[in-house]
Amino acid sequence: MKKIAMNGDQAIALSWKQIEPDVVASYPITPQTIIVETFSEYVADGLVNTEYICAESEHSAMSVCIGASASGARTATATASAGLAFMWEVLYVASGMRLPIVMVVANRALSGPINIHCDHSDAMGARDSGWIQLFGENVQEAYDNSIMSFRVAEHMDVRMPMMTCLDGFIVTHSLERFEPLPDDVVKSFVGPFKYRRSLLDFKNPITMGPFDWTDYYFEHKYQQVEAMKRVTPVVNSVAKEYSKISGRDYQIIEPYKLEDADYAVLAMGSTAGTLKEMVDELRAEGKKVGSIKLRLFRPFPHAELAKMIEGLKGVAIMDRAVSIGAEGPIFPEARSALYEAKERPRLTNYVYGLGGRDIRPEELKYVFNQLIHKEGDTVNYLGVRK
Amino acid sequence: MANEKASELPEGGMIIEAGSSRKYLTGDWRSKRPECDELKCTNCLICWIYCPDNSIIVKDGKRVAFRLTHCKGCGICANQCPAKAITMKDEVG
Repeated sequence: MKKIAMNGDQAIALSWKQIEPDVVASYPITPQTIIVETFSEYVADGLVNTEYICAESEHSAMSVCIGASASGARTATATASAGLAFMWEVLYVASGMRLPIVMVVANRALSGPINIHCDHSDAMGARDSGWIQLFGENVQEAYDNSIMSFRVAEHMDVRMPMMTCLDGFIVTHSLERFEPLPDDVVKSFVGPFKYRRSLLDFKNPITMGPFDWTDYYFEHKYQQVEAMKRVTPVVNSVAKEYSKISGRDYQIIEPYKLEDADYAVLAMGSTAGTLKEMVDELRAEGKKVGSIKLRLFRPFPHAELAKMIEGLKGVAIMDRAVSIGAEGPIFPEARSALYEAKERPRLTNYVYGLGGRDIRPEELKYVFNQLIHKEGDTVNYLGVRK
Repeated sequence: MANEKASELPEGGMIIEAGSSRKYLTGDWRSKRPECDELKCTNCLICWIYCPDNSIIVKDGKRVAFRLTHCKGCGICANQCPAKAITMKDEVG
């Protein structure tokens, strides 16, 4: 199909227009607002049959989504930053009730001090909530992830809510050329919504969300643990099917020029794109470097990552968030992944770009050079004035 | 004590049968049980109205017994009884 120019938020709204969720409940928040604003225009213009509910807060928006999904409706929403934080309580209700809600998160820093720009602190705060978390690099990927997310979340082996994340402003507000799929192709790829049980099925009355005491709660949490293990194969099979209709291949973790590399830098989101440019430049200088784009953060691909970086001399993990009192959130996952590896690379962590601080190509080059020269601390703060 | 495994339970804590609360014997929680002095009871049925657990058994318009399988021992019946016929006694053992 013809390439068009849109920003990331508009591309997401377009994907929703093609999917036509039964219910969208939301509350606007920068840098996500364009998604729900654009989509509400589609609703007002009669272009979609979606029931669009303007909630009075994000807590309410997610609560509406929970009710809608429990009743057997395909449900989507979008949020960012403080909005996601405000949903925290009900995020666990959505996942605990195993509701396949799809939520777009336009990654933005958390207050305070108040800031509206990109980092991954919001999504990282929800990493233990039982939601699947997928990150995209650019507008094309944000659009593609949005479509694939419905298939993953709603898969009968999964039945879990899913966050699809894109970098606030960097992707949400940047106009990019991308290739959408035709409406009918998207519709038939996503297919009709199926549910196992619905609250509105009066012939088969059920109770959802009852009090779960000491004698059952642990078992229900374990069910979520087991279901999360089934996610990766589903993400892979959905991506494979998607590549047939789009010509675009996605993996949960993507290597770039890693085959003969000695050093690699890993990042999530838009920085993964800049990294590829830097790899090309350094390769031209004869340096054996590569990069890794991490797409799936929950469930975390420990085995896949270990296999990819085992035997390298050095790997830097870029974290656009910090767990104050520890390190960046990806770093401990990567270190844990390597524990059983025979040949462990030197692993360093670079916390960067908090509150939307630009990550410039020369800074990434600096990280590669630090790796090559075995420099840098275990945990580094890149681009901060100390 | 429950014994179903995680793999045997409906997902997400769903209860897939109606009326299953009958099987949940909340009487296990009780530390005090209601007792009725039949001579004082006027069968006004205020206890039946107030009981939150449907544990006042009524037959032919008369209070005949307490449903101890589900009575949690909250004492509302004893508190509300205008004839002071119901008293709460310690459960023994």
